[in-house]
Amino acid sequence: MQTDDLILDLAGRADEDDGGFVLPLWSAALIAPVLAAAVFMVLLGPRPDFVASLSTLRFDMKFIEAGLFALTMLAVMAALARPARPWRQRLRLILLPACVLLAAIGVELLVVPEGLWASRAIGQNAGNCLIAIPSIGAPVLALFLFVLSRQAPTHPAVAGAVAGAAAAGIAALFYAAHCPDDSPLFVALWYPLASLILAGAGAFAGGRLLRW
Amino acid sequence: MPPASSSKLRALDDLLQRAVAGDETAYRRFLTEAAVIVRRFAARRMPRQSAGFDLEDLVQEILLAVHTKRHTWRKGEPVAPWLFAIARYKAIDAYRRRGRRIEIDIAEIGDVVDARSGPPTAVNRDVGRALASLKGRQQAVVSALSVEGKSIRETARELHMSEGAVRVAFHRGLSSIAKTFGRV
Repeated sequence: MQTDDLILDLAGRADEDDGGFVLPLWSAALIAPVLAAAVFMVLLGPRPDFVASLSTLRFDMKFIEAGLFALTMLAVMAALARPARPWRQRLRLILLPACVLLAAIGVELLVVPEGLWASRAIGQNAGNCLIAIPSIGAPVLALFLFVLSRQAPTHPAVAGAVAGAAAAGIAALFYAAHCPDDSPLFVALWYPLASLILAGAGAFAGGRLLRW
Repeated sequence: MPPASSSKLRALDDLLQRAVAGDETAYRRFLTEAAVIVRRFAARRMPRQSAGFDLEDLVQEILLAVHTKRHTWRKGEPVAPWLFAIARYKAIDAYRRRGRRIEIDIAEIGDVVDARSGPPTAVNRDVGRALASLKGRQQAVVSALSVEGKSIRETARELHMSEGAVRVAFHRGLSSIAKTFGRV
């Protein structure tokens, strides 16, 4: 088959829509929290003192950190979805949630006596955290992978990993309402570990499912 | 770095914009220009002298990818970086597959030497396997065009199909092969 023949044929299908069902990224970003909320309410639900805790800074910081991380990763994922978008530059946005978390750690180390640091960091709920965030995030990751598969990621494994991280950020936003451990030391240790699980799963799946 | 003049590359923006609006002529011109650019790009990047690599195959793969993924280009964005990113992605993909093919070549060097009459760009058994995964007319069409090297008109006459139907069957067949074998 000659290239010219191929061109003639493709040109004849200029107005044909063969990309399949293309769900825009922004709508997936809106569906994702709803999906995560549904799984969260079925599996865990908010902790009993949820409303009272809203007035404590440590509790609120968890949502700010998770929310910033989720937004950052969504922005990077959007750039990775299509060819030649500046995803590396956007990756630098990760400094924002990282700095907020570092500042929170700094304050926590100042106000909490040294003897309590270890117990604050280990918390009571570490195992739960490592299970709950990937569980809540898994359907979100599946949604993101589906959406990305209809785009054209030229770095499939990286796109999958970032999709996993974004899903983890959204999952953490809800899990934070359940988890009794509010210390930034706990958040800085276990939330990233839980996110790594999803990012790893995303990289693995992305390397296989997102090729085109 | 882009191996074409920048005014030519900018003309692509306009052509593709008209093409996605449904202008067939503009789309044909776009693909023709893109093929030239992409061929030059691929020729520079790929070691042509190595066995099992056909530059024109890669060009066609890139054009097909450009076609199926054209919805990922947005109006107002420059086409050139988008096009080169797709070309690079497909070139890497082809390079990986070629690597695997070469391993087979070495293991079965005797077969290859014996099978002189076979198609020059791929190992016969691979082609056979790919064709066997297709059914009916798709198989007949892909075999006639890719393996026997017949023209679309000839194939259409022999199979009592319209030329359009031959083209559609060919591309469906190729996509199906790509789906079955293209992924690791």
